[in-house]
Amino acid sequence: MPPALRPAARVVVPVALSLAAALALTGCTDKPTATAGSTAAGGSSGPITVTATDTTCELSATTAKAGTVTFAVTNSGSKVNEFYLYAEGDRIVSEVENITPGLSRELKVEVTEPGTFTTSCKPGMVGDGIRGTFTVTGTAVKGSADSKVAKAITDYRAFVASEADEFVENTEAFVTAVKAGDVAGAKSLYAQARHPWEAIEPVAESFGDLDPKIDGREDVIADGLAFTGYHRLEKDLWKDGLQKDSSAIADRLLADVTEIAARSKTVEPTALSIATGAKALLDEVATGKITGEEERYSHTDLWDFDGNLEGSRQALAVLRPVIAERDPALQKALDARFTELSKLLSQHKTGAQYASYTALSDADLKALTVALDALSEQVSKVPGVVEAR
Amino acid sequence: MSDEGLSRRRLLGVSGTAAVAGVVAGATTAGALAQRGNAVSRGDEATAAGAPTSTAATAPALDAPIPFRGEHQAGIVTPAQDRLHFVALDVVTKDRVQLQQLLEDWTRAAERMTAGAEAAPGGLVGGGPNRAPEDTGEAFGLPASGLTITIGYGPSLFDDRFGLASRRPAALQDLPAFTGDQLDPRRTRGDLCIQACANDPQVAVHAVRNLVRLGFGVVAVRWSQLGFGRTSSTSTTQATPRNLFGFKDGTNNVKAEEPEGLAQHVWVAPQDEPHGGAWMAGGSYLVARRIRMHIEVWDRTSLQEQEDVIGRDKKEGAPLGQSKEFDTPDFSRKGPDGGPAIPVNAHVRLAHESQLGGIRILRRGYNFTDGSDGVGHLDAGLFFVAYMRNPGKQFVPMQRALAKADVLNEYIEHNGSAVFACPPGLGDGEHWGKALFG
Repeated sequence: MPPALRPAARVVVPVALSLAAALALTGCTDKPTATAGSTAAGGSSGPITVTATDTTCELSATTAKAGTVTFAVTNSGSKVNEFYLYAEGDRIVSEVENITPGLSRELKVEVTEPGTFTTSCKPGMVGDGIRGTFTVTGTAVKGSADSKVAKAITDYRAFVASEADEFVENTEAFVTAVKAGDVAGAKSLYAQARHPWEAIEPVAESFGDLDPKIDGREDVIADGLAFTGYHRLEKDLWKDGLQKDSSAIADRLLADVTEIAARSKTVEPTALSIATGAKALLDEVATGKITGEEERYSHTDLWDFDGNLEGSRQALAVLRPVIAERDPALQKALDARFTELSKLLSQHKTGAQYASYTALSDADLKALTVALDALSEQVSKVPGVVEAR
Repeated sequence: MSDEGLSRRRLLGVSGTAAVAGVVAGATTAGALAQRGNAVSRGDEATAAGAPTSTAATAPALDAPIPFRGEHQAGIVTPAQDRLHFVALDVVTKDRVQLQQLLEDWTRAAERMTAGAEAAPGGLVGGGPNRAPEDTGEAFGLPASGLTITIGYGPSLFDDRFGLASRRPAALQDLPAFTGDQLDPRRTRGDLCIQACANDPQVAVHAVRNLVRLGFGVVAVRWSQLGFGRTSSTSTTQATPRNLFGFKDGTNNVKAEEPEGLAQHVWVAPQDEPHGGAWMAGGSYLVARRIRMHIEVWDRTSLQEQEDVIGRDKKEGAPLGQSKEFDTPDFSRKGPDGGPAIPVNAHVRLAHESQLGGIRILRRGYNFTDGSDGVGHLDAGLFFVAYMRNPGKQFVPMQRALAKADVLNEYIEHNGSAVFACPPGLGDGEHWGKALFG
């Protein structure tokens, strides 16, 4: 972004423009009012009136106490107007749009933290609008969701720990089969062994040194690193046959998995990291599984798909009380979209076995993609809902 | 102060725009637009303030906004912009309420974007660091660029899924098969369409991208088409452009400045749809055809053959045997060899209203090139878009005549096809779902 577009630089310009427009339209004006005409304390005693014209934005008060602040916005101008309350960095705290000329609309805002905010009327919907400073005083209001957030974090750590243990157990069984030269047995254990990994991948991936050793694909291994781990054994089992060093690779895999499982239990997540992890898991599906790239020899991509989806669902399940309180409509949409995609995915499952990726038709892939897009779009809204306020 | 004069001129200039476009805007929107000037941009600051415009009341500036609301949808008689992103979508939900809500959300976002604003308030960064931005951002700071967003409904939308069967306009029927059609199912039909036209391709693509994003879970893209150069003029203020055959195209188009022609050939009249499709009054039907041109073969064809195929001379665009582009074609005129100057199978003859019982349509097509076809030939052609009052009475007989005899068929192949009912324009406070669902 060019420096000229930084917020500090753009505040003044629209006012100058607006003034010119006012002169052009009315021919005269003796009081060039650009922003708030009053600084009287508002607090929670009745709404703060905002009178917006094409060139001005007047507030009856520019301070309020933390809590519920109500703005009554009247558009006395000729352009469609909007009113914004911004926190630092132009983050929208709340806004009311499409206020047509002559119309009044009310905006109720929960301001939980004291601080300096910015108000803006935006005649014509474009530009930075006519801005003013707005101060919120008093003490922070604790949201009732806070204790729910703490519980969500505890629950998620328990989930990660249980998946990590399962990952070690499954890997032990898989490694044993590889070392015994039992190709059929190892193949039958492979997809299931990886499933817990796929469910907690964003947590495990935070250990950047171990992730490529366990889950690196041949084409994305960085220079200087050997091709080891699950995908190396996948290639041996499905393509090249077991190699002289397959056993050593298996031993190494188990050691790496044991270590990453232990480390995963030490991660201290936040509500935000859980939510972004839930989204990251779906991104994994979109870029690696639905394309058939992840399991290019075994074609067990739908197992990984299921693991990612389950991990995402569990992450959002622990956040459910927070989301349901702050954005019930989003929770409803999440439930509906998870159900849709799970149902669609289960159509490719017979008993406990997922179909090979190669068995999917173009129409199957499109249907899965459509449902995944629908879910991901909703999941991408969760971080903004659960972030600290 | 000097700014005063500039602002006043700007106001006049944009009012002129609305008049030229032939769009009756609601007072609110017109008022809002009038003061916004010619250089409005998303989130701008360097817009009108620092960029005085000196245009008088003439043709619209290429970057000016086009009013979104009015008697008819914008993007039909609006002077054809240079760029197109067209998308056909299927509804993937069975929930009527979700579709209604999407049409309302689309209306809101479309109105914002055509004004040069972000798709949602504060869409670029206003959600803060942890949210995915509501606007995708690639058009931020760009002017409105004449963006129009036009919606249409395909015949398949009126099946039993959404309770719309009784509201299906009688004239909305799937097109019949035509001789020589090579239709690819992946480029055919659709429950809905969005036509986004702008003078900046990034603005058109941004509009479609953001509308598609709003629709995830409710609609899914069935096919889409980019167009990079208009092949028709829809206003007498525009010069006739050339298609990829190198010929002027759409000389005889129905134009914005012909109200009686529009009423007769383009806009659905109330008496056309006395029953469930009454909501279409003031709307128009869109026929889209993806016409692949065998460019390499055409380019090896002699000038004489090319002109005989089209029926016009290549440089001026005059009917063969005549001298000016806008001369009325004289189909009885003899050439030097004693035969007709305009051959009997020439495109211009077969497509002319005099040969089709007075049928005319409003063409609004675009050149396209979708890269190459894998054997070294351009995958290029004409994305034919036309608006009309009744496809069965206008496009169908016209295309039947062309498919049967047009020598141009040796050089083209129709591989995509769709028809959509484009509802009338929106008044203040209305959204697209209202007319459709009643």
